[in-house]
Amino acid sequence: MTSKDAILQLTDIRKRYNVGTPVETEVLHGITIALQQAEFVALIGPSGSGKSTLLNIIGLLERPTAGTLVIAGQPTAKLNDADLTALRGATIGFVFQFHHLLPAFTALENVMLPSIIAHGTATAEAEAIARELLTRVGLKGAEYKRPGELSGGMQQRVAIARSLSLQPRLILADEPTGNLDTVSADEVFGLLREFNRDHGSACLIVTHDPRLAERCDRAIELVDGQVVGKTL
Amino acid sequence: MATIPPNRHRPDVSRQARWMPFELLVALRFLREGRMQSALILAGVTGGVAVIIFLTQLINQLQFTIIDRVMGSQAHVVIRPLEEVTQQVLTSTPERAVAAVVQPRTQRLRSVDQWEQVAKLAAGTPGVLAVSPVVSGPAFASRGGTSKSVALMGVQPEDYRRVVKMDSYMTLGRFDVSGTRTLIGTDLAKDLGVTVGDKLRVTSATGRSETLDIAGLFDMGNRDLNRRWVFVTLKLGQTLLDLPGGVSNIDLTVTDLFGANPVADSLRAQTNLTVESWMQTNASLLSALSNQSVSNNLIRSFVVIIVALGISSVLVVSVVQKQREIGILRAMGAGRRRIMTIFLLQGGLVGLVGSGLGSALAYALLVVFSHVFKSPDGSPMFAAELDPMLVLMASALACLVGLAAAAVPARSAARMDPVQAIRA
Repeated sequence: MTSKDAILQLTDIRKRYNVGTPVETEVLHGITIALQQAEFVALIGPSGSGKSTLLNIIGLLERPTAGTLVIAGQPTAKLNDADLTALRGATIGFVFQFHHLLPAFTALENVMLPSIIAHGTATAEAEAIARELLTRVGLKGAEYKRPGELSGGMQQRVAIARSLSLQPRLILADEPTGNLDTVSADEVFGLLREFNRDHGSACLIVTHDPRLAERCDRAIELVDGQVVGKTL
Repeated sequence: MATIPPNRHRPDVSRQARWMPFELLVALRFLREGRMQSALILAGVTGGVAVIIFLTQLINQLQFTIIDRVMGSQAHVVIRPLEEVTQQVLTSTPERAVAAVVQPRTQRLRSVDQWEQVAKLAAGTPGVLAVSPVVSGPAFASRGGTSKSVALMGVQPEDYRRVVKMDSYMTLGRFDVSGTRTLIGTDLAKDLGVTVGDKLRVTSATGRSETLDIAGLFDMGNRDLNRRWVFVTLKLGQTLLDLPGGVSNIDLTVTDLFGANPVADSLRAQTNLTVESWMQTNASLLSALSNQSVSNNLIRSFVVIIVALGISSVLVVSVVQKQREIGILRAMGAGRRRIMTIFLLQGGLVGLVGSGLGSALAYALLVVFSHVFKSPDGSPMFAAELDPMLVLMASALACLVGLAAAAVPARSAARMDPVQAIRA
């Protein structure tokens, strides 16, 4: 299913931990999946199935033990740490389960951070984009609040705005609604869907919630480190 | 959608975020976030810088004061005739033993040979500021039935005042002698019960005597000198001490106090006379001062080490506490080098701010201490001054120590695995 439109192409990805020790374990047993431009895909599966590890590998936070990973047409196997960091910054936006905002920065600054990191300093353009994103996630007026002053749902919306601030081609979300009540969860999910539609960003969402998985374009199910089902 | 509580009034906090480089921005925020820790290390650096500046300034100034006091009545370099030595006439050979007890010769008062030429040579030597020929020798000063042993000093006042700052020691009259006018110390005047306008009879060891008119009194801050020195003109001194046309020594002042030795060495080589610098005659004082400097350096080194350890340990803790933030920054595209820079900057910033505060604290201490510690005469032992060079050096040192102390934590922050950091 290789395609030149694929934003993400994994071929026979394996991940072993504690390699060369008696407790060596393989958590991913040859994963082959692809995501097309503008696809909205759920990654589901029970706890311990390797979802988070897979997401970290796709997010270039961990290297696979074997297999090839191509992101936005760029093979990643031979890239060094700095190149991976650059590719990650330019292509991928993260939304973590526990929103992971920097408590010392305001909501606006948190949204601007990926741009500040990419450009070395803040730009007027980045600030304009960040303000617009905060408005779109319904947080106009909260620009100068610290994460500690916002509710969990608001914090997650800031995190989503942040993941979108560089208009990444791929958004990776690790249980973005995991610690939210159903109303907030629906809102957050709705926002991700909206950005996927408006900007054509591909989205891979790890979720436990079958309700949300049903609302995705398709779902990839992972059990014991293997892909068991792909529903359309 | 949940409602957003209205913004509390707060200045636009992203103003600094508008121009600051990413690393500096994050370093400042991290420092501000860890208020207590930052305050502690800042206090450590402030204290350290203050101690170093204060101690150095104090010791430098006290040493300067001590040397200044010592030099108040001394020439920097003194040229004297060679000591007379007794040479053995017979020398022992393998065949012939010589039994002899050789007594050292008694030293009589002699003139520096060709002193005019020597004085001219000394005046032309680089680094020499002033030259004053002096004839000095023992005498008795008597008045009525009392007689005191004194040192007769025949000088040319216009030369001598450039070697010893006599003008500042005069309590009565000016530092000037002519004819039979004389200047004596306040203590001798008290002992003999005389004052300006009175007469004084001086008899030298060779038996010559003269009646002098007391024209002024001096107080050199040294009772012994106040009792002993009796100034007369060079000519009268020569007559009384039976050294017509001669001088017993030539006193010099040099431009660089601590460059007195080379000047003395060069003159000794050229004249073959006894030439002594103040650094040779006061060797024990100088070694005491240099020991003091050594212990000062030791204290400073320990302070630097302790401050560095303090900064280091606080930043190590801060790296652990900020694991998750570091992970997020890494996930958002910040490379290892930039994470390292953030923590190095924290150390450097603490050093920079600490050196500013420390300099201010050192100045405050100096002001207080200069009021507390006074000389016997009531003047401050030292001035409350900061040497800009010293402040600059201490600040540079503090920044370097801050950076060096941050190196280990910064490396561990940069090495942190973003995945584990985020999960922590």
